[in-house]
Amino acid sequence: MEGECRAPQARSSGLPAGGGGGESPGGDAPLPGSSGSSSLLQAEVLDLDEDEDDLEVFSKDASLMDMNSFSPVMPTSPLSMINQVKFEDEPDLKDLFITVDEPESHVTTIETFITYRIITKTSRGEFDSSEFEVRRRYQDFLWLKERLEEAHPTLIIPELSSHKKQGPGLLSRMGQTVRAVALSMRGVKSRPEEFMEMNNFIEIFSQKINLIDKISQRIYKEEREYFDEMKEYGPIHILWSASEEDLADTLKGVASCIDKCCKATEKRMSGLSEALLPVVHEYVLYSEMLMGVMKRRDQIQAELDSKVEALTSKKADTDLLTEEIGKLEDKVECANNALKADWERWKQNMQNDIKSAFTDMAEENIHYYEQCLATWESFLTSQTDLHLEEASEDKS
Amino acid sequence: MEQALSDPERRLQPAPLEPLGHPDGGLESVVGEEAEGARDEGPGDGTMMENNFWLKKIEISVSEAEKRTGRNAMNMQETYTAYLIETRSVEHIDGQSVLTDSLWRRYSEFELLRNYLLVYYPHIVVPPLPEKRAEFVWHKLSADNMDPDFVERRRIGLENFLLRVASHPILCRDKIFYLFLTQEGNWKETVNETGFQLKADSRLKALNATFRVKNPDKRFTELKHYSDELQSVISHLLRVRARVADRLYGVYKVHGNYGRVFSEWSAIEKEMGDGLQSAGHHMDVYASSIDDILEDEEHYADQLKEYLFYAEALRAVCRKHELMQYDLEMAAQDLASKKQQCEELATGNVRTFSLKGMTTKLFGQETPEQREARIKVLEEQINEGEQQLKSKNQEGREFVKNAWADIERFKEQKNHDLKEALISYAVMQISMCKKGIQVWTNAKECFSKM
Repeated sequence: MEGECRAPQARSSGLPAGGGGGESPGGDAPLPGSSGSSSLLQAEVLDLDEDEDDLEVFSKDASLMDMNSFSPVMPTSPLSMINQVKFEDEPDLKDLFITVDEPESHVTTIETFITYRIITKTSRGEFDSSEFEVRRRYQDFLWLKERLEEAHPTLIIPELSSHKKQGPGLLSRMGQTVRAVALSMRGVKSRPEEFMEMNNFIEIFSQKINLIDKISQRIYKEEREYFDEMKEYGPIHILWSASEEDLADTLKGVASCIDKCCKATEKRMSGLSEALLPVVHEYVLYSEMLMGVMKRRDQIQAELDSKVEALTSKKADTDLLTEEIGKLEDKVECANNALKADWERWKQNMQNDIKSAFTDMAEENIHYYEQCLATWESFLTSQTDLHLEEASEDKS
Repeated sequence: MEQALSDPERRLQPAPLEPLGHPDGGLESVVGEEAEGARDEGPGDGTMMENNFWLKKIEISVSEAEKRTGRNAMNMQETYTAYLIETRSVEHIDGQSVLTDSLWRRYSEFELLRNYLLVYYPHIVVPPLPEKRAEFVWHKLSADNMDPDFVERRRIGLENFLLRVASHPILCRDKIFYLFLTQEGNWKETVNETGFQLKADSRLKALNATFRVKNPDKRFTELKHYSDELQSVISHLLRVRARVADRLYGVYKVHGNYGRVFSEWSAIEKEMGDGLQSAGHHMDVYASSIDDILEDEEHYADQLKEYLFYAEALRAVCRKHELMQYDLEMAAQDLASKKQQCEELATGNVRTFSLKGMTTKLFGQETPEQREARIKVLEEQINEGEQQLKSKNQEGREFVKNAWADIERFKEQKNHDLKEALISYAVMQISMCKKGIQVWTNAKECFSKM
């Protein structure tokens, strides 16, 4: 059962390549590019309508592809989204390789869904064959996660990103909190300070970005409703102008201004949904993924700690333990270094993305108000000109 | 309304000319343009109207509102709002104003005044009172009559009402109006003593006339249609405006949440922190700016509401015309029928049904003397009837002439006021846009520094 225990973790908890004795190509060079984890890729595939441009965003640096890294892995190209994770470096455990790729859309009369090709290569005895290829959909992943959680309640089962284009549901958020608490109780003792800081940042960032996501969605909704009412508002003035003589022009003018502002609102809304909402949502998913990453790092550390503890209490074979500890120490060091390097890069990207998204939002609003201003000002000018004309007519 | 507020001076000529409660007091046609033009031109300007007893200009203001408790007619405790009305006379030379009168009135007294004016000046489009209960509210506004915002807007509305009456060339001369401004105690009794409630046309009579009148003046029929349309379209507009205001409020206020979250987020950021924090501040400014914007819009809505209620005043004048016309038609019909009776009696040809004819058949012919007597009575009645018809005709014509003059005056006023209101709406929108540009430009700068 042990081998099987680890198999499911293999998908998302990649372990450092440079760990003792492992001959992984590329050494432990940190992977450049945006940190898209398997779960993130999953999310993107699900969320996006096979729109390649969107996929581009999440795989900015398609360069890397190293068969390694603790740090979440990059796709080689947007389309293939190959997720190759090596499990552990020890030769005796390098026996299970899984890739997930080729998303495909299926349309039936009842529903539309996406399936992914899962290729499993293994040398393990438990498997009947050495290579398997299956197609699974999101529901199936969910089922697997649930079965694993049932069977192994104390192990950390990796996150599955959310299925739909929305923020994490209440239950998953609660689940996260519970796990986070459980983890923090376990990991706090030995976690180095910089990772404490990092963890703290991630927690708060996650909270805030989720809130911003909600706020932004709400703003969109309110603007939509404002737009709907405005559409009705203008025409009433036209209706009124039909029963007036002297006021008809002024009323029609007001109606036309309202209609133009209405169109400007529509434009503002679409700008919001193109520039701001997707970026915020992307970082909501990032924040979930990052929390998973932290957990995995902590878990690796915890493994080391437990072995060290075992050694000191002299419970098992000292020599074997010492060897294992040595390897684990290297593993931990690699994990930490990879994460540290990746972290700075991710933060820089985040800063740029957020800055640019909000700047765009501000620009959309400025443009909206400028358009409306021009409309009303030109109406006002026409009215005062008319007034002057009329006044001079009266005098003559 | 804007104009009324900014130009509070109105010439008031209390005129003991018209005996108290004289119903035809207002029928003399007054040259409207003089008053109108003078109003536009503001203080210090010339011509006073003839028969003017006071050469001073008068300023009227409803300056305060106060909650009071008292006992009502059924001796029950009640809470109501009282409004302070101050009248000032303006010295011609130096423009200084001196407080001449100051008293408190409640809304029901205003209503009493207006009902009196409606009865005694049926040919005048009597200015409306502000609404009794808050309508067309959007969610932020309370529909409660005691709500301070409502009370404030009502105070302005009541002041506007008084200014409208005071600037009307005919209404301003009314004694009861003058007493309303100057005699606190006993005013209600004075009004009631005029007996105006009895003189009022019953609703039923008016309704009957509206259905049965055959030949109303076409202009009044058209005016009635116009006032129906005006009422309907302004109601619709006010309703949608309230909904738009609601939505706009939502958009602005949700942005305020950004302020809070940005501020919290900035705590964990080193480089982005300052930018986030200051951007958040601008989001707060943006969110709170909507309150003033919508308050201004509420004044605009009040201006439209005044004309919504004016529509009813227009209809009242039309109803009066229909009533008089119907009355006239009935009188003419009655006269014609009597003439015919008379003719039949004289010639012996009974074509029309009459009770006398029936009884004659049943009980026998009448004597020539009896017939003569009856003819005489009828001839007298016919004479009377002709006199009445003549005077009714004249009254009707007078009414139409004077009413139409006031309607023309009203149309001018309406076009002027509504145009101004619409333009002020545009000005409000412009101001809102400018504020928006400023806030978002500031925010953008903060974002770019992140």
